[in-house]
Amino acid sequence: MKKKIAGIAGGFLLALCGAVSAEPVKIGMVTTLSTKAGYLGEDIRDGFKLAIEQGAGKLGGVPVELMVDDDGRKPGKGKQIADRYMKRDKVKIMTGIVFSNVAMAVVPKVVRSDVVYISPNAGPSALAGKGCHENYFNVAWQNDNLSEAAAKHVAENGFKNVYMLAPNYPAGKDAISGFKRFYKGKIAGEVYTKLGQSDYAGELAVLRAAKPDAVLFFLPGGMGINFIKQYAQAGLNTQIPLFGPAFSFDERLLKAVGDAAVGVVNGSQWTHDLDNDANKAFVASFKKAYGRTPTLYASQGFDAANLIGSALKAVNGDLSDLAAFRNAVRKAEFDSVRGAFKFGHNQHPVQDLYVREVVKTADGKTTNRTLNKVSENHVDAYASQCKM
Amino acid sequence: MPFDASRFRTRTGVLLITGLLFLLLLPPVSSVMNESYLVSFFSRILIYALAAVSLDLIIGYGGMVSLGHAAFFGIGAYGVGFLTFHFQESTLFIFGFEGTDNALISWPFAIVFSAALAAIIGALSLRTSGIYFIMITLAFSQMFYYLFVSLEAYGGDDGLSLWSRNRLGPLDISNDTVFYYVCLVSLLVFLFISWRLVHSRFGRVVRGTRENELRMQTLGYATYRYKLVCFTIAGAGAGLAGALLANQNEFVSPGLMHWTHSGEILVMVLLGGMGTLFGPVLGAMAFLLMEEVLAAWTEHWMVFLGPFLIIVVLFAKKGLYGLLTGERHE
Amino acid sequence: MLLFIEQILNGLQLGIMLFLMSAGLTLIFGIMRIINLAHGSFYMIGAYVAATVASYTGSFLLGLLAALPAAALSGMLVELIVFRKLYNRDHLDQVLATFGLILFFNELTRIIWGRQPLFMDVPSWLSHTVELIPGIPYPSYRLAIIFVGIMVALLLYLLFTRTRLGMQIRAGAANREMIAALGVNIKLLNTLVFGLGTLLAGLAGIMAGPILAVEAGMGESILILTFVVIVIGGIGSIKGAMIAAILVGLVDTLGGFLLPSLLRLFLPAATADGAGMSLASMSVYILMAVILIWKPRGLFPVQG
Repeated sequence: MKKKIAGIAGGFLLALCGAVSAEPVKIGMVTTLSTKAGYLGEDIRDGFKLAIEQGAGKLGGVPVELMVDDDGRKPGKGKQIADRYMKRDKVKIMTGIVFSNVAMAVVPKVVRSDVVYISPNAGPSALAGKGCHENYFNVAWQNDNLSEAAAKHVAENGFKNVYMLAPNYPAGKDAISGFKRFYKGKIAGEVYTKLGQSDYAGELAVLRAAKPDAVLFFLPGGMGINFIKQYAQAGLNTQIPLFGPAFSFDERLLKAVGDAAVGVVNGSQWTHDLDNDANKAFVASFKKAYGRTPTLYASQGFDAANLIGSALKAVNGDLSDLAAFRNAVRKAEFDSVRGAFKFGHNQHPVQDLYVREVVKTADGKTTNRTLNKVSENHVDAYASQCKM
Repeated sequence: MPFDASRFRTRTGVLLITGLLFLLLLPPVSSVMNESYLVSFFSRILIYALAAVSLDLIIGYGGMVSLGHAAFFGIGAYGVGFLTFHFQESTLFIFGFEGTDNALISWPFAIVFSAALAAIIGALSLRTSGIYFIMITLAFSQMFYYLFVSLEAYGGDDGLSLWSRNRLGPLDISNDTVFYYVCLVSLLVFLFISWRLVHSRFGRVVRGTRENELRMQTLGYATYRYKLVCFTIAGAGAGLAGALLANQNEFVSPGLMHWTHSGEILVMVLLGGMGTLFGPVLGAMAFLLMEEVLAAWTEHWMVFLGPFLIIVVLFAKKGLYGLLTGERHE
Repeated sequence: MLLFIEQILNGLQLGIMLFLMSAGLTLIFGIMRIINLAHGSFYMIGAYVAATVASYTGSFLLGLLAALPAAALSGMLVELIVFRKLYNRDHLDQVLATFGLILFFNELTRIIWGRQPLFMDVPSWLSHTVELIPGIPYPSYRLAIIFVGIMVALLLYLLFTRTRLGMQIRAGAANREMIAALGVNIKLLNTLVFGLGTLLAGLAGIMAGPILAVEAGMGESILILTFVVIVIGGIGSIKGAMIAAILVGLVDTLGGFLLPSLLRLFLPAATADGAGMSLASMSVYILMAVILIWKPRGLFPVQG
């Protein structure tokens, strides 16, 4: 009986994944579609799919088959899916992971097994520095980059007594060290909050008492919504300006924050109003396809797809020589929606970083508007530790 | 049920032998079918089955509903994680001990580590009962979750990546098939121990305590001690499962200890049929297969899994094991 | 010192928020002996409906008026379909079935409303700050939460001590057979109590909407704390829930505030902050474990 159940299930799986013959190049996407952070993975996937749809099922003229699976933000689950892609589907290209902890579980093993992994989001420092690998490419950023952009803006605008706040987990610690790398002035306070915390009244009271002249914070997703709303309700938004990386200010999240975020300046590598042809076309077609403004995550998914497309084109869809494919990826000959793009020697982006301001449009919506470029050809801080 | 007990026994026997044969033959069959992924997927199932069986010991036989069992699972995984990490970094662990990648050291260490913590947590938690017991075990597992999230030296929330699986004597467990059989043997050994245990005098006392603690006490049994020993053994079993999972994933993270993970293991036990020992193996298999199949079918798979669980509770009181064997659990 | 007083106020406010959630849960458990892990789902339903209606109409009050019955009715519906069959089952079946409900409701909200969080604003007449303590402006919306919480506590007190329905409920909790024998429709009573419990959960969700992210899974973030509260208070005791909620609120708020500075007395600053933060994350669970080891049936055990 057991056998029967497993047999049916196994057959079902087989039918789902194995039906197509070997012609199109398979791309395995492990991403987060459930949990509170599900919209991040959704945008990465939708951005990626848009690129495939624009090529009518092809990337760089090569037919591709995209497989998407939800990791539920669980490292073990992500690992299991990656394992299936490698063993069952013989996938040679993987992408999609949203969170650093999932990436840390999946990527090291995958790249050692002769699979090229293109990260559309997570950029943990370990993979940019000591743990860099020839099969690992990051097309988004190293985790600290956007925090560094915000901190650089704060430092350049004459703030002298800055308060820093982040959740108590590795990405939070990375963000704070990113802040400190570019803001060297006096620190009014450095606070780590509980991961997943919802009420920040206690932290806000301490923050107010410390009397800083600016606040740099990193609280991604729902934590950011809670914090920004409560910051405004406490009347602090009119007194002490907030700064942070774009993770608390993506276009979908802004809808949930409303006016409380207006005026906040945040650091990003991309915004929907960046003035280049590739971006204009991308934003217009994304809006048309999905009826919403793309987030930075969507732009990263789109870039990841086009990067893969450029490399597939160079090798004519032939992945038997992985080194050739890898070299083609390294050249990054695609039109990134963020404008100029190239890889550094650790295969992380060398790119321009911007700050943008949250503004209210004429029809009452909140959105980001690019202010200025804060950093040109920005290289991440861990590149020097990478021996490649 | 004197009239046709033999028929039940035959059906159960057939089920168990078919199941065992299926598990034994899975690797060669899947390699013939060119489906090597099934081997590592089923290793995972076996590991979760081990954890579920250990939870069944305390729930199904001891009547102690724990919503913190994943803590011991996670502790076991970190037991291996710590030693392997220090081995990789060539640094000292605690008390001047070095790390190691030798499974013959790190796995027993993981088991003892989990069992010791289970003994401590059990000793404190067993002062309570019923829903208070559920909640205090949950509290302890959440404490460990937050503790490990803040252990920066061991990667905190990001967890620890192991470079490779442990060394296990002459066996090369980095080979998926070998590792599969190691998991299978571990599960069978633990099932055997548990089976002997619940059918011994010890097991009868524990079950008697579940039915009527006061009566057992008046009969002169120190029920608290029996329950504690049972809880500790279950902790050890979960620790072994954790050690295996750390090797399977080559990765450990605090998420293993989160209460929702405890909830999942609990679901496996109930799905399979609690108080049956073999049922949880079926439960683990059904749960993980369903997750995999449903997730491949629709991204909104949870909207189907949820009602399915409710239906199982409402209509299949004895779980899958009861359904297949026609046996009621004890 | 002023800061300390402000933190106590914050702790109180968090406590009241937790009480709103716990009151319904402890009520349902006290009367029907049922563990409802899905309580947080009704909190989420309250918040989602309120946020949706409020954003269409621009009125917080209309959102409130729509969301309260939505939470209560969905609660009663689930009671009719699922819970009614669970009353005589053991806690384990209830845990599993309600775990299933959580999965279902979370995914359903994702299907209906999409994956991104929803927006819900503070009503404009509560968007100001008040200087309760000189020099420290306090958001008036948070004061409103405290007010609503106290009103709910009062109403529940009156319901249970002064009304016929309340007495029937209490009698039902003490002896189900007796009350049924007296001709009270126990099934209807159960459905009503369940509706009342989920109404309170919905109210908590509505009140939380403007300050927290309205997102699928928001119920679980607060669910565990709610369980901590009702267990510390003694399950089934409204009074216990009130006191435990405030205790938990204070420990959670003051823990994060005081522990790092306390540890700085003995340890280097960086270590102290790290250790303080981890202790603060665990403080609520430590509190619960200690109380249960000391009093295995909570602070105010309910007979029966």
